[in-house]
Amino acid sequence: MIGFLQNLIDALSLGSLYALAALGIGLLFGILRLTNFAHGDFISFGAYALIVPSVEVTATKFIGGWPWYLMLPVVTVIVVLLALLSDLLVFRKLRQASAPTLMIASFAVGYVIQNTILMIYSARPKAIDVWSNLQQQVSIGELRVPQLQLVTIGVTVLLMVGLSLFLNRTPYGVQMRAAAEDFRMARYLGVKGNFVIGLAFAISGVLAAMASLLFVSQTGTLSYVMGVPLMLFAFIATVIGGMGSLTGAVIGGFAVGFVSVMFQAYLPEQLRSFRDAFVFAIVIAVLLYRPSGLIPTKALAQRV
Amino acid sequence: MLEVDNIHVNYGRLQALRGVSITAQEGEIVCLVGPNGAGKSTTLAAIAGGVTPHTGRIALKGRSLGGLPPETIARLGVSLVPEGRHVFGTLSVAENLRIGTFQRRDRAGVASDFERILEHFPRLRERLQQPAGRLSGGEQQMLVIGRALMTRPRLVMVDEPSLGLAPKIVDQVYDILLTLRRSGDITLLINEQSSERVLKFADRIYVMRGGRIHLHDRAANLQDGKAIMQAYFGFAEHATAPAAAKTPGAAGGLDIHAAIERAAE
Repeated sequence: MIGFLQNLIDALSLGSLYALAALGIGLLFGILRLTNFAHGDFISFGAYALIVPSVEVTATKFIGGWPWYLMLPVVTVIVVLLALLSDLLVFRKLRQASAPTLMIASFAVGYVIQNTILMIYSARPKAIDVWSNLQQQVSIGELRVPQLQLVTIGVTVLLMVGLSLFLNRTPYGVQMRAAAEDFRMARYLGVKGNFVIGLAFAISGVLAAMASLLFVSQTGTLSYVMGVPLMLFAFIATVIGGMGSLTGAVIGGFAVGFVSVMFQAYLPEQLRSFRDAFVFAIVIAVLLYRPSGLIPTKALAQRV
Repeated sequence: MLEVDNIHVNYGRLQALRGVSITAQEGEIVCLVGPNGAGKSTTLAAIAGGVTPHTGRIALKGRSLGGLPPETIARLGVSLVPEGRHVFGTLSVAENLRIGTFQRRDRAGVASDFERILEHFPRLRERLQQPAGRLSGGEQQMLVIGRALMTRPRLVMVDEPSLGLAPKIVDQVYDILLTLRRSGDITLLINEQSSERVLKFADRIYVMRGGRIHLHDRAANLQDGKAIMQAYFGFAEHATAPAAAKTPGAAGGLDIHAAIERAAE
């Protein structure tokens, strides 16, 4: 029982990361029909912002050495700027483009970011410890949980509550939801198209920045492709959840995290290295049963 | 207040509009009649900024709307109620009504407009907090009209207000549009496939077919309906010839088909 609870907390913490990344992707898909594969690279970029730009093997902390109340906002601002810049330079020129064109453009943006990181920081992975004191474990009864996992879950819940309040209670949030449902009609009613899209990019930048801090404090390494697997699983999460549905993205994120952790824990030893294959098999099964995801939206219907 | 001068719109190789000119005076009800695919919806979309004409000029109160995005045109007082209703189904009825008001600065005005619209449409008041997607077709049509009015438009364009609605509800919709007109400060431009209804309702009528205006006159001059039928279907009958002859060169001399037909007679 204790073992299962321990795994459950692992699952929640991994699922949190996936859910955060999936929310960032789902938000943009909802409004722009953009499947943003550069989202993972937004996350890498935020993580690299923590160290001094150099090609040396050992990383020297830069923003990563600052206290958290400075580190959080500064990294957030950097990633938000990156997200807005990619909209301004690339996606704004493609407003009339089809969904596949946008997706391919997002791959291009991702490669540009990856190669920029490569040029500035070199390809070698670097070790960095952020918030290493959070690795200490807290005991809850017989459970021993790393503080970092609790922080990850807590931050994710906070961000989700904040995002939900924003979308439901503020004029801008209502406009974003309207634009996600029927972009053209929203504009006919005076909702500023580019502004709402910029807002969506900015929020996805905030989510990416938080994901990058939590991710790097868990793994303790930087690599120029570090965001790619996160992006992949988050993308799967949005597909399972139902493209364009934010609730779906969160549910999908936690579901993928849960399934991964449970396979890691309970698969027979010799099969564990094939864990991801089992995860994907479940994804396929879910999609066979519910082709438009757990929470289908109009977004997908329009796209097909 | 609205001047559309010789606009052409292409969708790829398809010529949707081939030189359309329309005017509407302050406080007028102008109706566009014509069969499916005549270009009525495209005309409204072009005025609202949803599609860009490659030639021609559109002006509102003397100010050119050319190249302006739809949200700016909306903020200048043009409100389009497109065909197919387009409610935001996951937003509540109240949120739907408020979506067009966020740029308005006059809070008191928004509140009083909100009340006024709920008085017009008591059904909506009962359902304010429900998702708009759960409303019936008629209720959704009321919602989109109410929503358009919440932006305090000077020009309201309604695309096929009666499409897919029960006749009783269509009457209700037209009642509301008439009430609007009595309130005075609003100009209406309405697309309609059914010419009967339009004859009772409009001040002036344009008949469109094949991306052109084929007939334009005051509704009072068209009451026998024959001239409209002729322009609508594009064939000439002897009985309608005098009516057709009455047609002033409304479309600015661009109305080649009508001219050819007249010449043929």
